[in-house]
Amino acid sequence: MTINPDLQGRSYPATAVYTVGREKIREFAHAVKATHPAHFDAEAAAALGHRDVVAPPTFAIIVAQQADAQLINDPEAGIDFTRVVHADQRFTHHRPIVAGDELVAELHVDQVRAMGGGAMITTRAEISTVEGEKTATTTSSILVRGEDQ
Amino acid sequence: MAITLTDLEVGQEVGRSTIEVTRLDLVKYAGASGDFNPIHWNESFARGVDLPGVIAHGMFTMGSAVQAVTDWIGDPTAVVDYQTRFTRPVVVEDTTAQPGVPGATVEVTGVVGAIDTDNSTARIDLTVSAGGQKVLVKAQAVVRIW
Repeated sequence: MTINPDLQGRSYPATAVYTVGREKIREFAHAVKATHPAHFDAEAAAALGHRDVVAPPTFAIIVAQQADAQLINDPEAGIDFTRVVHADQRFTHHRPIVAGDELVAELHVDQVRAMGGGAMITTRAEISTVEGEKTATTTSSILVRGEDQ
Repeated sequence: MAITLTDLEVGQEVGRSTIEVTRLDLVKYAGASGDFNPIHWNESFARGVDLPGVIAHGMFTMGSAVQAVTDWIGDPTAVVDYQTRFTRPVVVEDTTAQPGVPGATVEVTGVVGAIDTDNSTARIDLTVSAGGQKVLVKAQAVVRIW
């Protein structure tokens, strides 16, 4: 299976709305061993000026990976998920993610580079609220290993 | 006590942490994140795709390493930018039958890498290693300092 080079420049429309739940923030914070009270206690978050509990810095990966799934599952893309390795990741936060946010993500395929028998694919998810407020930009590169890699 | 930019200098250590990781932690992260790739919880599957064993999600390592920064700055939302490259997998041994024994240990050290007075931010460079080898490279968190 080969990666379709025409993927570069392709965009996928906004995903279904992801509603950020208070318990999901708590669960995710526990899972990354975060202990800051602002993830768990709305009053502690309010003391820092937030409407509700705040997400840890990498929480947006949940939304970004839902957007990525559109590309991975696109039969035209030619990506064998069992051969995917996460190569790099970046989060740029335009404003904190807080419980109650309703988020959507638009996915852009910024780069496709052949590497050996495989390819390095860089995607960017533009995450915003349903009201259109920019929330976060996540950038991710995945290496799809070729048959002999 | 609030941290100010003038308190900082490049090269200064701001935080350090030791993260003990078990297979249970990976199962929890899988559930919390929605990433159920079996290489993170099934030994035979992982070995079947030529991995040395069950490995931690790169995003688990990235997500837990940044606590050294948020604990220091005191506000998780001060991290306005955070990036890394994943260079080496963190292999997590099965210690399920030995409560309290980690399957892997990740060491994190954060130092001030750059100070940007125009934007009122500092870049914290994280050194993240397991078993004496770096597992993240160019792990950098940009922190807004008011």
